[in-house]
Amino acid sequence: MEMFIMSLTIFVLAIFVGVEVINKVPPTLHTPLMSGTNAISGIVVVGAIISSGGSEHTTVLSTVLGVVAIALATINIVAGYMVTDRMLNMFKKK
Amino acid sequence: MDVLINIGYLVAAVLFILGVKGLTSPKTAVQGNKMSASAMLIAVIAALLDSNVITYEYILIGVLIGGVIGAFIAKKVAMTDMPEMVATLNGIGGGASLLVAAANYLESQKLANVGQFAVTYDWSVAVILSILIGAVTLTGSFVAVGKLKGKIGDSDKVKLYKWIVKLCFATLIAGAVYFTAFSQLDSDLLIVGLIVVCLILGVCLVMPIGGADMPVVVSLLNSYSGLAGAAAGFVLGNNGLIIVGSLVGASGIILTSIMCKAMNRSLTNVLFGGSMSAQSGVSKSENDAFYEGKVKFSNADELAMLLESAQKVVFVPGYGLAVAQAQHATRELASMLEANGAEVKYAIHPVAGRMPGHMNVLLAEAEVPYDQLVEMDTINPEFSQTDVAIVLGANDVVNPGAAEDPNSPIFGMPILNVHNAKTVVVVKRGLSPGFAGIPNELFIRDNALMVPGDAKKVLQDTIGALKDL
Repeated sequence: MEMFIMSLTIFVLAIFVGVEVINKVPPTLHTPLMSGTNAISGIVVVGAIISSGGSEHTTVLSTVLGVVAIALATINIVAGYMVTDRMLNMFKKK
Repeated sequence: MDVLINIGYLVAAVLFILGVKGLTSPKTAVQGNKMSASAMLIAVIAALLDSNVITYEYILIGVLIGGVIGAFIAKKVAMTDMPEMVATLNGIGGGASLLVAAANYLESQKLANVGQFAVTYDWSVAVILSILIGAVTLTGSFVAVGKLKGKIGDSDKVKLYKWIVKLCFATLIAGAVYFTAFSQLDSDLLIVGLIVVCLILGVCLVMPIGGADMPVVVSLLNSYSGLAGAAAGFVLGNNGLIIVGSLVGASGIILTSIMCKAMNRSLTNVLFGGSMSAQSGVSKSENDAFYEGKVKFSNADELAMLLESAQKVVFVPGYGLAVAQAQHATRELASMLEANGAEVKYAIHPVAGRMPGHMNVLLAEAEVPYDQLVEMDTINPEFSQTDVAIVLGANDVVNPGAAEDPNSPIFGMPILNVHNAKTVVVVKRGLSPGFAGIPNELFIRDNALMVPGDAKKVLQDTIGALKDL
């Protein structure tokens, strides 16, 4: 339970940090913000790696699920960052 | 090693936050995005160092497949299709979280058999939440994509969907309580059942929402995709996931509230109120009668003459501009007017386009400098000094009824006050109503001129006429 309370504390504080930072993003950049956060939500790849990289405690099914999860999360990461970069470069050139 | 890994996650989390902070200005945004990408790299390396990870070949296969598909999508996607792209990525993110929770459930079973895992209540709750948010995000996003593409129309079975949603929630709560209280690790069938219920729930939550409200839905699902990651973090006890997931969650929540404010609707009304045109729409004959004989029509030649003498011109782009692919023609006309000594600006309503900030990206692609893109609150006081306001494919966001007629169904929605300009030119294919399904009083005002036709064609004709003047 202690672990859970600590995680919950981190979760709530992180939401506040997120709101503070993101409130300052101008409307002009809201679409890149969304595709950028798409990429960031690919962080779940961390969970997928830990799930599919083990050997003793995995089952065939859990490995398959883990690999598919890695592939999906990587799509998010690669597509998210690349398309965000594409858009932001349009804003940069004058 | 564990200390090092956790410090790795912390560094990544800080870099993610600084990366998003970079997005507060177009000048620092490219750097910010790169910083965020390096944070991801650090997080992935930290995960690979985890003592649980022994085999790497499966990981490599997953990364390669995902990387190739991701790079392909990112290169191919057209800027007009960004809403569909973001919605798809939301769904994929939700799907990944769902799978991580399911895989963790299976592994926990095996670990518990050898006495290395003890079930706790908070683990059970986190598994259920992860499944719920992940599955709803997955199917909800794909329905949203269908609606954005116009393949799924507005539904008239709102009541049926609401009923199914209630049924799903009731089943889910009963199942969740049973799972948490009685049979945590020998309930494969229950977990599969709950996943199916949550997948159905995602479909039925989004189906009754009108296509015009998809910007709100996509923003909300963006938030869910982050929260799904955070929930997976609770399942795995991984703080890095929790921090970064909640960052994305917060971003989606903010964008959702901005969108709702710009439409003067509450989130509850958007989500459960059905489509707006179904509530307030007028029939075609009512629409025709409203405009009959009162609209002043004009053409490209007259528009060119008007613009020739204008000192200050404001373009008001809407989604119709993107549909007509007229961004480049707009930019060309604007450059000519600037060369002619006129001041040119673009007025951007928060819901112009089909997702937050979409119109800005479309215009940036056409190389319009971002400092000419002006937000609603800043540009509104300037309309009274504007000679010509050109409305391109926008409708409801310039309807003065929203500001002046308390009986209008969109009364209270913030609008661009183009009616205060000396002359308003509306370029539009016909007089059909916008998303709200109501006629626009602006079109019959004394200072309004209607140039019928496709935005791109009209602008090109105007450019041609200006050259001849």
